[in-house]
Amino acid sequence: MLLRRGEITFPSDDKRWRIVNATMRRHGYRSDGLIETLHSVQEAFGFLDGDALHFVSQSLRVPLSRAYGVATFYHFFNLKPQGEHTCVVCTGTACYIKGAAEIIERIEDAYRVQPGHTSPDGKLSLMTARCVGACGLAPVAVLDGEVAGRLETESALVRVKELVDHDAG
Amino acid sequence: MTLDELIPFAESELEEREQYEHEIHVCVSSSCHSSNSEAIKDAIQAEIDAKGMSKTCRVKGVGCMGICAAGPMVAVDPDGVLYEQITPDHAADIVATIDKSPDERLSHPTDTPFFNRQFKIVLENAGKIDPNSIQDYIAADGYTALYKVLNEVMPKGVISRMMRSGLRGRGGAGYPAGLKWSTVAKAKGERKFVICNGDEGDPGAFMDRSIMEADPHRILEGMAIAAYAVGADQGYIYVRAEYPLAIKRLKNAIRQAKKLGFLGDNIFDTPFSFNVDIRLGAGAFVCGEETALIASVEGGRGNPRPRPPYPAAYGLWGYPTLINNAETLANVPSIMRHGAGWFSAIGTEGSKGTKVFALSGRVKNIGLIEVPMGITLREIIFDIGGGIPDGKKFKAVQTGGPSGGCIPEEYLDMPVEYESLKELGSIMGSGGMIVMDETSSMVDVAKYFMEFSMSESCGKCIPCRVGTRQMHDLLDRISKGMGTTHDLHQLEELCDMVQATSLCGLGQSAPNPVVSTLRYFRHEYLELLTDYDPDAAVAADETSEVTQ
Repeated sequence: MLLRRGEITFPSDDKRWRIVNATMRRHGYRSDGLIETLHSVQEAFGFLDGDALHFVSQSLRVPLSRAYGVATFYHFFNLKPQGEHTCVVCTGTACYIKGAAEIIERIEDAYRVQPGHTSPDGKLSLMTARCVGACGLAPVAVLDGEVAGRLETESALVRVKELVDHDAG
Repeated sequence: MTLDELIPFAESELEEREQYEHEIHVCVSSSCHSSNSEAIKDAIQAEIDAKGMSKTCRVKGVGCMGICAAGPMVAVDPDGVLYEQITPDHAADIVATIDKSPDERLSHPTDTPFFNRQFKIVLENAGKIDPNSIQDYIAADGYTALYKVLNEVMPKGVISRMMRSGLRGRGGAGYPAGLKWSTVAKAKGERKFVICNGDEGDPGAFMDRSIMEADPHRILEGMAIAAYAVGADQGYIYVRAEYPLAIKRLKNAIRQAKKLGFLGDNIFDTPFSFNVDIRLGAGAFVCGEETALIASVEGGRGNPRPRPPYPAAYGLWGYPTLINNAETLANVPSIMRHGAGWFSAIGTEGSKGTKVFALSGRVKNIGLIEVPMGITLREIIFDIGGGIPDGKKFKAVQTGGPSGGCIPEEYLDMPVEYESLKELGSIMGSGGMIVMDETSSMVDVAKYFMEFSMSESCGKCIPCRVGTRQMHDLLDRISKGMGTTHDLHQLEELCDMVQATSLCGLGQSAPNPVVSTLRYFRHEYLELLTDYDPDAAVAADETSEVTQ
């Protein structure tokens, strides 16, 4: 089913689709706007699901396989919803040298979560980043979007605990 | 806008600046920004307003001051005082000491080698101008190079100036920039493109990010000059989505430049037209490779393709395309302003100018530095970097990220040049420099980089896709003390094979960290092998010495 320009129907009446559509319009609905559009979806919804990929591929007239291929090629895109809180541990070289691996291991054990996944209770998503570019503060973790630097294994665990228990308390 | 209009524009900014006796600079680049430096800026402004000093003192957000580990940084001009690790609570203390002796508890010494051993071209405005203000950039002579080039120099003249300057690509391989420009200029095509490569994927590298955050107009000016020289009318800046602050400042800079007519149609009333758009990366290291980058700008998966044809002949959408690294382009306005001779007088025979390095790891002064080519690694690490903290011993320095290698102590007096680093089995790379002390295991470091290359391999060609996986598994086995001599031989064979047969630079250089650690720290590998016999190894060493 190919849609003509101006005939695009949104997957739902969620207003956020308008933002996505605006991005596509800015790129003239050309296929080279695919990555920008996926960025826009992720910014609005937090992750890319099947509906979103269908919608984007139809609007930009690229095969669904290409949209899926691009979404899975780049590390930045999530295809699954995130947990209530996210902890991104930087594994760049400077952080690695200063013990990021141990921090990850301890969080893995404490919350039964693998990097790239969400804990069974849906509270915490643990991610790793290639380098957040704050090497001066190594080792670094980004907790719900806020950078926490100069961590040690224990202080990192305390910070994550504060983050996860925040709602309960 | 003409030069007659540009000069008063700069002068009005300078005049405005003279009304103030003091300027307080707060670093608002990523590292300090993430430590809440915007709140510090607001707190200082509030304090100044409260003290009724707003007529004589102004607060400005500026780009990276370099010494990121001591951040957030605040500088007071013209007193020349630098404050470190500031919080909003310190605002009153800082404002109270203006014109008086600085607060000793907070001040950071500025007469150290970290500051006076550096030589700044690319970073000349970083830490001085407000990255969000085009006036500030113009007041620092910005866009005058573009004006002069468009009005006084033919494209051919620009290229010959670039050739004479000896500037080489700052992204890693060190290809002469002038030669690349001239190839694109000569290529035939209905359209041509200029792409600025700001996809700084190496872990431990943050040079391009700092330049884009601190001085975005410099990159735009460099791109416009490049576009004029090669005959392009459209440019793209490819930036990692992980750098939101750089993206925001570049977007703002493009908007400002368009408004004043430095980008767009008929720039400076000449026939030259040039537009710039931003394209976001999405976390793929391979996109730093030029053909993969082009695929990504076109909106597809970042798969590289065989070269030739090079992008200079067949690039974006099949048109001739000039791709330069952000730091390379940031050098261009200075070269045009001061001349090729000035630039080529800096540095060494084969490597001209300066290089920006992101110094990190086990070193005291972590941060961003710019040094003339030819400086030794020892000067960088021990003088500028301040040496190794906690009384530990230096072991190795890693340059060039996952494509580079580890350099041991005995070569620390080698000058930093493209060729000498290559001889040592490493590369200049984009400029990440990670110092390791005696506590780092070199086998683990090699495994770390191999894990990186393995997960970043795009999967298009088999040597890289399968080879990096196999090398990683072998390294894993060895590092856990389960490897044998046979595993080590196999690892070495794979290094050769992957280097020789991979499609693009990522695969070809992926074995470098292994090869270089094997070259200088082979004993660390051997000691981990299950069938390692120290006596036999000593005997073998002696025989090899005898035969030599």
